[in-house]
Amino acid sequence: MSLPFRNSGSAAAAVALLALLGACDRESRNTRGQPLGETVPTGASPDTIYPGNSQPPPLTAQAAAYENNAYAISQGQQLFTQMNCVGCHSHGGGGMGPPLMDAKWRYGGRIDQIAASIAEGRPNGMPAWRSKLTSEQIWQLAAYVRSLSGQVPKDAVSARADTLSNTPPQTQQTPEPVLPAGSAQQ
Amino acid sequence: MKPGRFTALVVAGMAVSGCGGIQNALGGQAVQSRDFVSLFAVFMVVCTVMYFVTVGTLMWAVFRRRRATEACTVETGRHEVSAPGSRTALVVWTTLIAVGLSALAVASFFTDRSLAAAARSPKLAITVTANQWWWDVQYTPDNPSHIIRTANELHLPVGVPAEITLKSNDVIHSFWIPNLAGKQDVIPGRVTDAQILPRQIGQYRGQCAEFCGTEHANMALDVTVESMADFKKWAAAQLQPAIAPTTPLAAAGFNYVTTRQCSVCHNITGTPANGQLGPDLTHLASRKTIAAGTLPLTRGNLYGWVADPQSQKPGSQMPTMQIAPQDLHAIVAYLETLK
Repeated sequence: MSLPFRNSGSAAAAVALLALLGACDRESRNTRGQPLGETVPTGASPDTIYPGNSQPPPLTAQAAAYENNAYAISQGQQLFTQMNCVGCHSHGGGGMGPPLMDAKWRYGGRIDQIAASIAEGRPNGMPAWRSKLTSEQIWQLAAYVRSLSGQVPKDAVSARADTLSNTPPQTQQTPEPVLPAGSAQQ
Repeated sequence: MKPGRFTALVVAGMAVSGCGGIQNALGGQAVQSRDFVSLFAVFMVVCTVMYFVTVGTLMWAVFRRRRATEACTVETGRHEVSAPGSRTALVVWTTLIAVGLSALAVASFFTDRSLAAAARSPKLAITVTANQWWWDVQYTPDNPSHIIRTANELHLPVGVPAEITLKSNDVIHSFWIPNLAGKQDVIPGRVTDAQILPRQIGQYRGQCAEFCGTEHANMALDVTVESMADFKKWAAAQLQPAIAPTTPLAAAGFNYVTTRQCSVCHNITGTPANGQLGPDLTHLASRKTIAAGTLPLTRGNLYGWVADPQSQKPGSQMPTMQIAPQDLHAIVAYLETLK
């Protein structure tokens, strides 16, 4: 029997090369937000505190599809400026509105909770965007807001912000731990 | 027909089809593009002549018969320094190069002067802002109450020099109306400009000429060069606010457009819709195309575009909104009234 490779070294190199090629599969852009069927969580914020069981329910397929998606995050970054989120939240540092790049989340820091806050609005000034933005855009914004506190893998965030910034790029950010909803008041 | 001949015909057909119509770099319907076409002709003639002289001489050198005296240069070691006539050839060759280069330099100089003269004292100020993937057009006369804002269309009066200020909101684009002028790069954070002095009434097509993202190919600009009277009529109509809806269906559309997602990005002058991110829709129905030249403006295309922009122009900034059928009817009915 004759092997196509002269030694085990070249065989290993060939396998490594194949493995590298396998990584070339880029995520595909879902520009229509379909066929998932767009829905944004409605009503109260999806809470993380549950009686008898401390485990919150898993994310829906919808939320999971947007969560670490590079295209959704970069579209969200564009919307964040265009919809004037910067007017109150600045570029994450906060101002009139709370900062978005720290660990504190008044209404929860999971992507579905952030999406609910954007869609429903919150007391003391956060407007409801439900009928102004599409569900897809709200998910995109939520995906970007998550990335502000470094919760997104580095290969999914933009290496360079759209605006001037004196902080390190998001790719060099250390993730902030997500505290459970309500802990900001403590 | 032989396959070879067929291919040749197809290629020739494609080449010729590039030489006519509304998007033609050799059209010369403005002073600027005419100057460039003349310069192009001079360069073409000079370079073609020089090319054939060079290649011809080379071929002659390769194929001519060797003379008897040269036959045994290698063997005898005797080198004839100059073959008869080579000095004359050298002089002719040097003269040709000098004359050719001078012709190019002189032609270039006069083109430059002509371009500068055409750009002097512009009578019409226009600001064109490039976006992914559409053109925001604003006529900015001295009197601010005469500012016109439109999108993806440019109306120019014939014989009036126009100064076009170019800006970009996102990435690098390039402003190019092949029949009239360009190209000029449009760079974010920087202001560039282009001048157009149209000479011939007609319909032309501008096109972004710098790859700017997935929908770069669908980033066109309808250009209308018209008489001064027609231009004034158009400008007066554009200055009017949007017409109020008259039918119940159009009124329902007005309600949807001014209170829901549409008004977040689109502006309709005279209504509560005042978004500044997307194309101005005040006189949408008076345009020839929608979505930056992607589709002709027809009722069917309006339905298709409003219902699902992402299937017409995937990646465009207008999202698919999942509008209910009755709302879609109302929106299109209202948009069609925006003459």
